[in-house]
Amino acid sequence: MEGGGDGMGVARQELPGRAARPLPGAPALAALGYFLVGYRRTWRAGMFSSFLLPVLTMVGFGLGVGAYIDQGVGGVRYLDWIVPGLIASTALQVAVGDSTWPVYSSFQWTKVYFAQAATPLRVGDILAGNLLYVLFRVVTSTVVFLLVTALFGALRSPWALAVPPVAALVGLAVAAPLFAYAAAVDSDSWLAMLFRFAVIPMTLFAGVFFPVESLPGALRWLAYATPLWHGVDLCRAATLGVAPRWSVAGHLLYLAAWAVVGWLLAHRAFRRRLVV
Amino acid sequence: MTGEPLIRARGLVKRFGDFTAVDGIDVEVRAGEAFGFLGPNGAGKSSTMRMVGCISPPSGGELRILGMDPVRDGPAIRARLGVCPQLDNLDPELTVRENLTTYARYFGIPRRVARERAAELLDFVQLGERADSRVDPLSGGMKRRLTIARALVNEPDIVLLDEPTTGLDPQARHLVWERLFRLKQQGVTLVLTTHYMDEAEQLCDRLVVMDGGRIVAEGSPRELIERHSTREVVELRFAAESQEAFAGKLAGLGERVEVLPDRVLLYVADGDAAVAEVAALGLTPATVLVRRSSLEDVFLQLTGRTLVD
Repeated sequence: MEGGGDGMGVARQELPGRAARPLPGAPALAALGYFLVGYRRTWRAGMFSSFLLPVLTMVGFGLGVGAYIDQGVGGVRYLDWIVPGLIASTALQVAVGDSTWPVYSSFQWTKVYFAQAATPLRVGDILAGNLLYVLFRVVTSTVVFLLVTALFGALRSPWALAVPPVAALVGLAVAAPLFAYAAAVDSDSWLAMLFRFAVIPMTLFAGVFFPVESLPGALRWLAYATPLWHGVDLCRAATLGVAPRWSVAGHLLYLAAWAVVGWLLAHRAFRRRLVV
Repeated sequence: MTGEPLIRARGLVKRFGDFTAVDGIDVEVRAGEAFGFLGPNGAGKSSTMRMVGCISPPSGGELRILGMDPVRDGPAIRARLGVCPQLDNLDPELTVRENLTTYARYFGIPRRVARERAAELLDFVQLGERADSRVDPLSGGMKRRLTIARALVNEPDIVLLDEPTTGLDPQARHLVWERLFRLKQQGVTLVLTTHYMDEAEQLCDRLVVMDGGRIVAEGSPRELIERHSTREVVELRFAAESQEAFAGKLAGLGERVEVLPDRVLLYVADGDAAVAEVAALGLTPATVLVRRSSLEDVFLQLTGRTLVD
């Protein structure tokens, strides 16, 4: 008997019992499992771009440029001041990286989402599984970064422990709307444009390298509107052990709003592609 | 559940904006049969398959799959379907085995069972030796077989195959057919679309011919040939530039005469007798071929020879 045949016959007789409902969340975890299997193959390269690069930036800017900044920023050593910004920025970079081309590819090139949609997974399960994977990447990258910066003595408060959950929220606030964007666009040149006109300016002007307050009025408000600035301000408050410039609840709610609206948009965009 | 059809469609409609892809079809697929949707490109086969696969809500009519409603019970139905899509959507970065085990997890199959089943299925589609190689470098035929194996990972009640051998070389096609035939022998219900007549004749117990979103004929391959074609076909090729000149003289011979740019087809009950009549008319075609009518003759008769892209 060729393999598979006997097993199939047996299972067919057990049919009635098989329709049992899965535990809530189990399908999304199965979808997450798929991405983690792929991660086993790519984590080294992923570590390079999402962790080594920011660390190099930290050394270059924090120590290199920092050496020329005698008075620090508001009395804080430049390295210590820039590190929380770089951590939040890493969360942004990882979240953007994992929710643009990979999402686009799963619709247009590998069509993996369509394979998933043919199984019991629902649109929400597919989306949640992939977002959980992005969160996993964001959190692991920021935790590793945090450990390295601890070695440089750049963390000045135990509140630094709040950084990974804040980074996760920043990741979600950025990834969820980008899932919608990457699902909706019909050409990947839209993704390159996103980097040029949103990600890079955000990284440069949302308070990572210098205080947003040094920007002129209108630009300052633009910086305040980015999810990154809210993450940067929270992370900075945490690692320096000072009060944030804006209310903690306000920051968290603002980021959560991006995440919730992003989820709704992404769900709609995924549904439009997968269920037609 | 015996007796009740696994798939039952009544007046099923699928519209995309103003375009009606499926225009009110009635279909019943019973347990254990191999059922085919045959038709040219754009006939509505794939749209129908997607509705049966519960990833495309019907625009009208009634559809029941395994006694359930595809819109309300999508996940529960999909849990019992195996889907082999027209274009392979395997993950090229994962190994052959990982493609099966990760997919199995979507059905809530425990890891250990998934591994066992992957090994069995890879043997079944003759990919056991490639289990740990990446998917990317596999040939088209191998990927297709892997997609079929993946469709079987949940031990489905119905396997949906959308053009299972399109784009494969002859050896690969025959291997896929042989595997599908074996599944059929094991009692798995197969639903497939194809525009290959030989595929339909080889695999399908029953089929419908679709054209322009409608069903234009239904039955077993044999019934369709009997109903829509003659028993035999005589193909005559004349040396002259135009076959038309001879066609006139052949009028009335057999049930139907069809003139093609390169040959004339006579649809007749008895091919040898027709050849004798042609000779009696004093015509001397360069080549004469008498053959059994095939599903292809039925197909072309019903859907025409105009190219549809």
